[in-house]
Parts: sequence; C-alpha cells; structure tokens
Amino acid sequence: MPKGIAVDKQGRLKERVAMSDTNLLLTITIVVFFVLYLAAVVFLGGSFTKPQNFLNILNNNASLIVLSCGMSIVMITGGIDISVGAVTCLVCMTSAVNLEQQGGNVFTVILIGLGIGLAFGVVQGFLVAHLGIQPFIISLAGMFFAKGMTTIVSKEPIRVTNEAFLAVKDTRITVPGLGAPNKLGVYVPAYVEVGVVIALLVVVLLFCLLRWTKLGRAFYAVGGNNQSASMLGINVRRTKFLAHVLCSLLAGLGGILYFLHVGSGDVANGAGDEMNAIASSIIGGTLLTGGVGNVAGTFFGVLSLNTIKRIVSSLGFDEAWWSNITVAAMLCLFLVIQSIVLLRKNKK
Amino acid sequence: MTTPVKNPETKVKRPDESLFKRLTRQQLFIPVAALALLVLFNLIADPSFFMVTMKENSLGNPVLSGNIISVLDNASELVILAIGMTLVTASSGGQDISVGATMTIAGSVILRLVCGGQVNADTMQMNLFLAVFIGIVVSMCFGAFNGALVACFNIQPMVATLIMYTAGRSIAAWINNNQLPIINDVAFKYAGTFLPGIPVPTPVFITILMIAVFWLVLKFTNLGLYTQSVGINPNSSRLNGLNPRMIKLLTYVILGVCVAVAGYIRISRSGSINYSRNAENIEMDAILAVALGGNALSGGKFNIYGSILGAYVIQFLTTTLYKYEVPSTALPAYKAVVVILLVVLSAPVVREKLASMKKVPAKAVKEVS
Repeated sequence: MPKGIAVDKQGRLKERVAMSDTNLLLTITIVVFFVLYLAAVVFLGGSFTKPQNFLNILNNNASLIVLSCGMSIVMITGGIDISVGAVTCLVCMTSAVNLEQQGGNVFTVILIGLGIGLAFGVVQGFLVAHLGIQPFIISLAGMFFAKGMTTIVSKEPIRVTNEAFLAVKDTRITVPGLGAPNKLGVYVPAYVEVGVVIALLVVVLLFCLLRWTKLGRAFYAVGGNNQSASMLGINVRRTKFLAHVLCSLLAGLGGILYFLHVGSGDVANGAGDEMNAIASSIIGGTLLTGGVGNVAGTFFGVLSLNTIKRIVSSLGFDEAWWSNITVAAMLCLFLVIQSIVLLRKNKK
Repeated sequence: MTTPVKNPETKVKRPDESLFKRLTRQQLFIPVAALALLVLFNLIADPSFFMVTMKENSLGNPVLSGNIISVLDNASELVILAIGMTLVTASSGGQDISVGATMTIAGSVILRLVCGGQVNADTMQMNLFLAVFIGIVVSMCFGAFNGALVACFNIQPMVATLIMYTAGRSIAAWINNNQLPIINDVAFKYAGTFLPGIPVPTPVFITILMIAVFWLVLKFTNLGLYTQSVGINPNSSRLNGLNPRMIKLLTYVILGVCVAVAGYIRISRSGSINYSRNAENIEMDAILAVALGGNALSGGKFNIYGSILGAYVIQFLTTTLYKYEVPSTALPAYKAVVVILLVVLSAPVVREKLASMKKVPAKAVKEVS
C-alpha cells in the first residue's frame, strides 16, 4: 500500500489509509470484547458478575499481554517471531535455577530475563534485518534453541522458596471500589498482581511509542511498504532490527512476569504462548502482511481470547480440547471478518 | 532448473567464474554440502555409523538394521510431507503449519475405524484399505479448508493454518472420545514396520512410491508449471487463463493426501496414538526441509527433489545427534544451531560476500597482467 504513507505539514510520517484500517479493526475488536463479556454477564451470571473475575483474567495473562504487544510490533513491520513462548520458558527456568541454586535475588532475575531477551533479539534481529533471512525460519530456530536450552538448564521443575521473591509475588494491589462480599458476608477487596501493573504500563508506553514517535511511525511505514519507506529516508534494516530486539526484550519481560505469576520453573511454562500471542494480535486487528495494527487492539485481543475460554469452560465444556477448538474457531471467525472487511474496502 | 545445462556456450569457462562460485549457485548445493559434511563427520568420528547388519525382529523375520536404515525409515513421513509442503509453498508463498495436527487427525480417524470404536482391538474391524482411504478423504477435507481460507479469503497461509494447528490435536482427541485406542493386529503394523519376509522397512517403499507418483504427475501434467506461475504472479497467471484460486486450493488438497499417508505410517509404527505428542514439531522439520532444499519460502520456483534431499539431511542430523546420546529434549538446541548456520550460509547477502571475496584477488591479478 504505497499510497498509505504520507508526510504531514510538520514533516512527520502519517499513514492515512493504513491507519484507518487499524482504527476499523480496533473498533471491531473492542466491540466484540464488550459484547462477549456482557453476554457472559447477562446469560451466565455467576462469577462473571464479580469484578474480581475480570481482574483474574488480567492476573493470569499479564505475561501474555506483554508477549502479544511485542508480537504485534514485529507483525506491524511485516515479520513474525514464534520464539517468544520458548524464550518465556527459558527465562522462567534460568531465573528459578538462579534463585534456588545460585543464591540470586530479585534483581539478578530481572537482569537475566532482560539479558536473555536482548540476546535473542539481537541475534534474530541481525539475521532477519541484515542478512535478509525469513523471520519465520530464524525465530523457528530461536524457538528450538530456547526449548533445548531450557532442558539443558534443568529438566526438573523447580519451585522457588526465596522469601524476597515470594514477597513480590504475593503482593496484591487493591483496586478500590470493586470488592465484593464473599459467601460468609466478609468484604473481600478486589486485587491485581504486580505483573498486571507492569503489563499495563508496557501497553501504555508502547501505544505512545507507536503513535507519537519517529520509530513507531517507521514501524508502520516499513510494514506498509519497504521500498517507499526507504525512499522516505527510513533505515529499513535498522527499523526491522529494532522491532525484533523490542519483541524479544518484551518476551524476556513476559518471562519475568510469567515467573512472577507461577513462581516456578518448568519446561511446560509458556507452552503454546507464541500461538496465543499471534492469535491475540490477529484478533486485535494486526495484519500479518504488516503496516496495520495497534497494541491497544492487542490488549483487547488477549482479553477477548481469555473471556471466550472462560465462557466455554463455564458452559460445562471444560475438557481441554474444547478450549483449543473455541480459540481456533474464534481465530477463524476474525480472520474471515478481517479479510472480508479489507476486501470490501479495497474494492471501493 | 538445477540440472547442469548441456549447452555448449555455458561450458566455455569464463575467467571470472570460479568453480566454487558455479557450484554455490546450484540450488542443490546447500543440501548436498550439508549431507556431505554430515557423512564426513560420521566417517571420521566413528565409521561404524554406516554399518548395516541383519537382525531378527520381534516377529522372527530377518531384517536390516543400522543407522543408515533408520535414517531412511524414519525420514519417510518427513519426505512425504516435504513433497506436499513444497507445492503449497510454491503456490501460496507460505507454509502449512498444521501438518502435525492434521496427521494426528488422520491417524485418529484410521484408528477409530480400524478399532471399530473399541479401546483395545485384537483384530481389525474394518478393511484396512477402506479405513486408510477414509482417512485420506478426511485429511483432504481439512486441506481444502486450509486451502479455501488461503485462496478465497486471501489470508496468509501461516495464519490460516494456525487455526488447524491450534484445534487439530483437540479434534483428533474428540474423534476418539479422548480415549487412546490400541490395535494389536500384526497386519495393521505392516506399513510402519516390516512386511513378512522383506528385510527393508515398508515406509521406505511407501516413500519411493509417493516420490514416483509425484515424479510422474510433475512430468506428465502441467501441475508444476501452473503452481510456479501462480506462485510467481497470481494476477498475470489469471490473465493467462489459469485459475489461481483453484490451483492454490489444489496444492493444499494434495498436501492433505501427503499428510494422511504420513499420518498412517506414523500410527502404524506403534498401533497406538498420543494426541499431544504424535508427530510433534514435524511441521517445523517439514518447512526446514523445504528451505534446506534451496526453495524460496516466499513461493514461486521450486525443486521437489531439493526438499526430499533436505528431509533426509534433517533426519540424518537427528540420527547422528541421537547416536552421540544427545537427550531428545535437548535435541532442538543443537538442531537450531545447525539450521542457523545453514540459512546464514545460504543467505543471498552472505553468498554475495563470499563470491566477492573470491573475486577481488582475481581482479587484481588481471590488472597486473
């Protein structure tokens, strides 16, 4: 879509056509989420009426929110990174080993998480941006490598007992005004975990980055059309490189948040999260062809995905396979909606 | 496209073209070089790797055994998948990541039919050929579903097949009511193990048969040409009277057939199924095989024999790593390093750099003379 990129009076990049695609898809996502949740509250009632139920979706998926945001950025530049789930797992396992067997503390865990993320990002970004290798193949190798390394670090699940870490893990931030009385009539305040605050902060920061900074606009431009972007003076390679670094760095952060939520290292941690992240991004209106997407949409994508999972399990289909089938059906529905919407728009 | 050109003009040795450069330009250079490297490594490290012996299997048949036989045997599913994956890649410029899941579905369907709904069957309840045929039809339907999403809705193949990737194993479990049926009939396992009296594993024959079928199809029909032209430019092929949608759909249906055959081989090895681990990660290996074979993952021109060779290289690597007692869980890490090395070496940028490194001294010599 070369016509999608334009420069406004101040000389900033603007993407008129593509941005309107973004807004359209974002609106669909938000509407679908609210419809889903309201339908659940009206027809299913029960736990859905309690605010804590909603907050639990956030508590359980803080890591996925961060991962999906990173995935969206790479997808906006036209790439993909399927190594994020495995990186999450590697970060969890390494952190657990560090805390339990090497006397690490909370800060070394943060360093390890971001360090692993950065290392994956730099290598993958270099190979993708500077050597022009397909991002799918590179991140596939990255995924294999991270999975293998995790079992080399430790095969056994490790439960963390470090007190300082557990104190952070169990910190509950009360949300005023959303509590509800429990069965005994005692008022229980609604809470979120530390990870949720970090994840929301990341979403806001990335939203600002994508909307108002030069780098953020460059991501859209590169994803929209490589060649026109480079004619506009954007360093395409550097932009792609930075997108991959950012995505893997966020995968590292996601790993820390996952670790903070489950408090153990296990080879099954974060399994399939790359697919959840891709699904959330797509439901959130990011196109894999690049140039279209929004982290706010991705955030709602994560919420929609998990709301439907909860609805399905509370309908009584709680066998594991129903959850997968509904996620797939939802993905299918959204892909078809997106494709029809975009096809009709392009015809006009 | 990769066969050496017999044209007398090209045989004239151009001074600025070294043998190295002409070799590296061949599409099959990477898989052949990788295979040669692996063979060389094994020859130096432990020549007994190539030993093939006669052993008696559990049924009392004398059968061939050894690492080479194991490579040929275990690569069968991968080779069959790689053939279909190459066509899909060429026509749609993307890959089907749901093959592992669809293999599980096909296997599940065949097992359910053969066991007749029982959990533990001693004899087959249905004609094996009919069951496999139904498995193939079911798998073709799933292929058509993927193909329809790609061809009619213009969804990127990896995303479209992500749907089946997510749901496939669950559907497979659902088909059998989440039970794990086991069939103890010896005849069922012929396809995955050995036919009585024949020392070579049956999957090898099935693979040769599939390769022969595709060789004939590509030789006597226009499938290859049409697939390439749709992959290179769907719009201009439409203007030339092709139907790009039909051809894309067709390649996905063909992949469905390959998937069902591979799925049948996989379950007939053991006569049982594990929904979450059956053919795990095989989609990744199949895509790698296509890439290793020198095919562009963005579609267009393809060489099916490159992919087949690529699949054998991957299995060779796996078997080599197993021989040096790399635990199966750590295997991916080693594979990843090899894969990265291979793709870096085959990257156009690196190839140009290598070529220019060879070129510069040659130019200097010219100037002096």
